Amino acid sequence: MIKTDVVIIGAGPTGLFCAHQLGIIGLKCEIVDNLDKIGGQCIELYPDKPIYDIPAVPECTGEELTNNLIEQIKPFNFNFHLNDRVQELSNKNDDWIVKTISGKKFQTPNVVIAGGVGSFEPRKFSTKSAEKFDGTSVLYSIKDKTIFKDKSVAIFGGGDSALDWAIELSNNSKVSLIHRRDEFRGAPASVQKIKELSKKNVINLFTKYSIKDVKGNGSLEEVEIKSEEGKSKIIKADYVLGFFGLIMKLGPIVEWGLNLDKKTIPVNTENFETNKKGIFAIGDICTYPGKLKLILSGFHEGALAARGCFKYARPNEKYRFEFTTASSTIKDRLGVK
Amino acid sequence: MAKIKYIEHNGKEHVVEVQNGLTVMEGAVQNDIPGIDADCGGSMSCATCHVYVKEDWYDKLPNKEMGEDDMLDQAFEPNSKSRLSCQIMVSDDLDGLSVYMPEKQV
Repeated sequence: MIKTDVVIIGAGPTGLFCAHQLGIIGLKCEIVDNLDKIGGQCIELYPDKPIYDIPAVPECTGEELTNNLIEQIKPFNFNFHLNDRVQELSNKNDDWIVKTISGKKFQTPNVVIAGGVGSFEPRKFSTKSAEKFDGTSVLYSIKDKTIFKDKSVAIFGGGDSALDWAIELSNNSKVSLIHRRDEFRGAPASVQKIKELSKKNVINLFTKYSIKDVKGNGSLEEVEIKSEEGKSKIIKADYVLGFFGLIMKLGPIVEWGLNLDKKTIPVNTENFETNKKGIFAIGDICTYPGKLKLILSGFHEGALAARGCFKYARPNEKYRFEFTTASSTIKDRLGVK
Repeated sequence: MAKIKYIEHNGKEHVVEVQNGLTVMEGAVQNDIPGIDADCGGSMSCATCHVYVKEDWYDKLPNKEMGEDDMLDQAFEPNSKSRLSCQIMVSDDLDGLSVYMPEKQV
């Protein structure tokens, strides 16, 4: 059991800046994120897209913003728990017990939900029959590529993951690549490579096709694909891989007894606390009259939520407002003179 | 101003007047029409405002911007009449437009 002042759910810009504010006022926190990297939507959805509305930063990319935020909280040495997802919240006296999927447990008076629009999960095939093979021969990520050796693999998708794996697996497997249109969104060099491999018949390329059905008795045997005109084809396949990007799901958050408004959590605008004492929500996931889904709003919300956390983490202390320019205590915390 | 018809997957129709300058996505969200999630808020970073445009209207719409098809690859069951509704700007020309919502967005 890890005891801490605050558990932050979500390592996007809002969660990171909230961590900074907690560090500034002398609180400890632990940050949990479902992704394998820090940065949330900024890093997963638009690492290279320029952002123009961060105050005092005329232009920066999602990746630059993330790197700067990581740099800014370095002095506090907070722990990140990546590739993990908070699953359960329960009460213990005045504290929350936070359990993650990997089995980690935290005890804390405060939980800050900075979960964006939920946790990222791979988009799956809509074909019902694919569910039966999910995790065994219908896969959405690859952990061990050796299982595909000398097998037939049908890969669906048109982005870098689909193209890179098609190229890689074509060395030792019979690869079919299926995409819904003629154009690919992957790197031009990979697209070029795929076209060459297709010409040499190393890869079977099917464009303007999508999945119709997967079939097999016990183990997967073939996949049926269809064109928009209704033409269908059968491809032999031991494995079917789908790379359609990630979707966002609110996940277990809906089970924590919080008030919900569609996919968002209503909060008060004084400290961004939810209907549950000690649970705060900030960033895209929270809602209140006038809410703007801007990163800068998330920063503001995080700063106020941090002060809200102070009350429960240090019930016997009075919070004193201080400026970073003037306070020697804050400078000590930041490790600057 | 344009009258836009949003048709849910179950066939339920919603006809609303949408102001010029808003997107078809915003028209749905502001009128609480179910079936369009718009998780990313219109920044073309998700594919949860996916709609199918009625055949005769598809070609009349301004062409897709770069990147829209890339996002549509990641939508639920896209086809050749698919658009992201956040990328369709409403104008008088769109009066009478019908869009169909997919079975689900995520």
